Amino acid sequence: MDPKERMKIPRQPMPEQDPKERVSNFYEVPHGYTPELAMEEAKRCIQCKKPLCVAGCPVNIDIPWFIRLVAEGKFVEAARKIKETNGLPAVCGRVCPQEDQCEKVCVIAKKVEPVAIGRLERFVADYEREHDEVTIPDIPPWTGKKVAIIGSGPAGLTVAGDLVKKGHRVTIFEALHKPGGVLVYGIPEFRLPKKIVEAEVDYLRRMGVEIECNAVIGKLETVDELLSNGYDAVFIGTGAGLPYFMNIPGENLVGVYSANEFLTRINLMRAYLFPEYDTPVLKGKRVVVVGGGNTAMDAARTAIRLCPEEVKIVYRRSREEMPARIEEIHHGEEEGIKFELLTNPLRFIGDEEGRLRAAECIRMELGEPDESGRRRPVPMKGSEFTIDCDVAIIAIGNGPNPLIPHTTPELKLTKWGNIVVDQETGRTSKKGVFAGGDIVRGGSTVILAMGDGRTAANSIHEYLTTGKW
Amino acid sequence: MFEIVEKRELAHRVCLFRIRAPLIARKRRAGQFIILRINEHGERIPLTIADSDSEEGTITIIVQEVGKTTSVLCSLKAGDRLLDVVGPLGKPTHIENYGTAVCVGGGIGCAVTYPIAKALKETGTHVISIMGARTKNLLILEEEMRSVSDELFIATDDGSYGHHGFVTAVLEELIGEGRKIDVVIAVGPVPMMKAVSSVTRTNGIYTMASLNPIMVDGTGMCGACRVTVDGQTKFVCVDGPEFDAHQVDFDELIRRNRTYLKEERIAMEELTYHEGPRCYEKKGV
Repeated sequence: MDPKERMKIPRQPMPEQDPKERVSNFYEVPHGYTPELAMEEAKRCIQCKKPLCVAGCPVNIDIPWFIRLVAEGKFVEAARKIKETNGLPAVCGRVCPQEDQCEKVCVIAKKVEPVAIGRLERFVADYEREHDEVTIPDIPPWTGKKVAIIGSGPAGLTVAGDLVKKGHRVTIFEALHKPGGVLVYGIPEFRLPKKIVEAEVDYLRRMGVEIECNAVIGKLETVDELLSNGYDAVFIGTGAGLPYFMNIPGENLVGVYSANEFLTRINLMRAYLFPEYDTPVLKGKRVVVVGGGNTAMDAARTAIRLCPEEVKIVYRRSREEMPARIEEIHHGEEEGIKFELLTNPLRFIGDEEGRLRAAECIRMELGEPDESGRRRPVPMKGSEFTIDCDVAIIAIGNGPNPLIPHTTPELKLTKWGNIVVDQETGRTSKKGVFAGGDIVRGGSTVILAMGDGRTAANSIHEYLTTGKW
Repeated sequence: MFEIVEKRELAHRVCLFRIRAPLIARKRRAGQFIILRINEHGERIPLTIADSDSEEGTITIIVQEVGKTTSVLCSLKAGDRLLDVVGPLGKPTHIENYGTAVCVGGGIGCAVTYPIAKALKETGTHVISIMGARTKNLLILEEEMRSVSDELFIATDDGSYGHHGFVTAVLEELIGEGRKIDVVIAVGPVPMMKAVSSVTRTNGIYTMASLNPIMVDGTGMCGACRVTVDGQTKFVCVDGPEFDAHQVDFDELIRRNRTYLKEERIAMEELTYHEGPRCYEKKGV
């Protein structure tokens, strides 16, 4: 087939659950490609000699190569090709913002829709797992070095996988009772089924990675104690574990949640199955979600599955500025989420028992661009109005969790409390200690955390081999 | 898994557990707490570490049956295992020789004042303890408290033991006698802590309260445990659990602790409903 013929094939849609049906369940929304759809989609790749997509991928997956294997029906080989550089393809195929990365720079996107790289990645990873084709790579003999990884989110899992494959002994310390970090407590089941995260974690365990849950480093042991108790290097990947609130009146009323709390209750603790599971959550009749990012969309789409009368997203800028993925906004709209754009809450109003009853909001208009380059939202005087609500979820971002920085005085921090690292190596200001993911970046993405993990793993390996800091 | 090595009933529906958790036992200091989850369907609940033995590798917690999780917990026995125990969480109590300290413990709150009183006593602080309970047979840790206190007062709401009335009456009496009190530590039901705080505020005595809000993760990640202290929002799990009682918005804490009253009732009903038939089976009927 020549490139022109390839480009004539339309981008293959991914079958998904009907919005009316899925809005009352927590099953995954897309069903994923069938082998036929995957092979058809793979034919659209024109196999560029200098593929831009590879450079657009934070972990530089050899995209044209794996897609060629898909086109040939060699799905297991394709999955293994991806796994050479990405340990979590089933996760990334689902949650990566491909439209801003590999698919954004896809050459054919100049004329037609880009190749659905993410959907193909997801397909081959699922195919390999579901057909029991996952094999454990040969692990070299122990180098004699031990590495402690703090946090089992995407950054920590990536570091663990990379280092164990180089023959180092790796232990992950996780504060919660289940490994996976934000993949488990934050991202909802309908977007990333937990059994997929479990399978990825299980894969690492089979390679020899040790995982200690219920271990809060900074409390149970400090970073210094890890270093003096036999670990040769430490990687900190503790994430963005400190929810921001708006600091407006009424924010501590009963019914006001951080997105982290609301999502943790439902994802990690399974509150949507209460009372079969013991953790409760207020389901609400009218739910307001404040924020415009992916977490806000996750919270809103989770809230609507608890069958309230209404779920509204309140966001202070316009739709164009919403940081959420277009696909997520689209899914949310299909599911019946309403949007109050250019609107900002001023205060929350409660009843005499301290339970949330309404949010007083104000309309905004866009003024001059601010330091982020987006037009600054300015309140419109006299436009105050109230939205009745009994649950409000604040999804305006997270700061770095202070537990490790506070107990590791030698770590250099930014003024926001993020750990300062050398970008090329992930090295912190403390010898033998590396960091990556949201504890360094602030709220970011799974794939960038994994990219950081990759960088840090290479640099840790170099440090362990040469001893040079 | 965390093994229960000893279980003892201290009072009606109040149980003491010693749990094997060597790492926590080694690190834990007075004022800190753990979060536990009994089984796969369980919720995460915070409980203060009342005592620990680093040589034996155990921690002691004291549990009052108030809802489903605590009821299930109190039905366990020595040899049973808890799925998850995480800690030590929260900041330890600031311990120094204060001169004279009054430790006020209400009901199950004595499980928290005991380790604090013990640590204070070791610094040479003159420890006056005031223990309160609704009635005599709900009083816990009397002997333990006596062993770490220079003076011990007991108050029961119904007058069945010690002073007839509230702990605040005893405290006011001590203040009225002109006793020099450098610090008060109050732990118990929120209305008790609020009442103690209002007595000491009038008398200008620095007071610490150990707060007991609803928590989920216990590491500062979710914000469920937020309270207002001096007009600022604080997370009890990482900023606390102890705060300057005169600055705490206790009314807000009371309201927030009532968030899931309805759900707690549903969970209890489910529990009694399910327990019925199960007991039936055991009897072989």
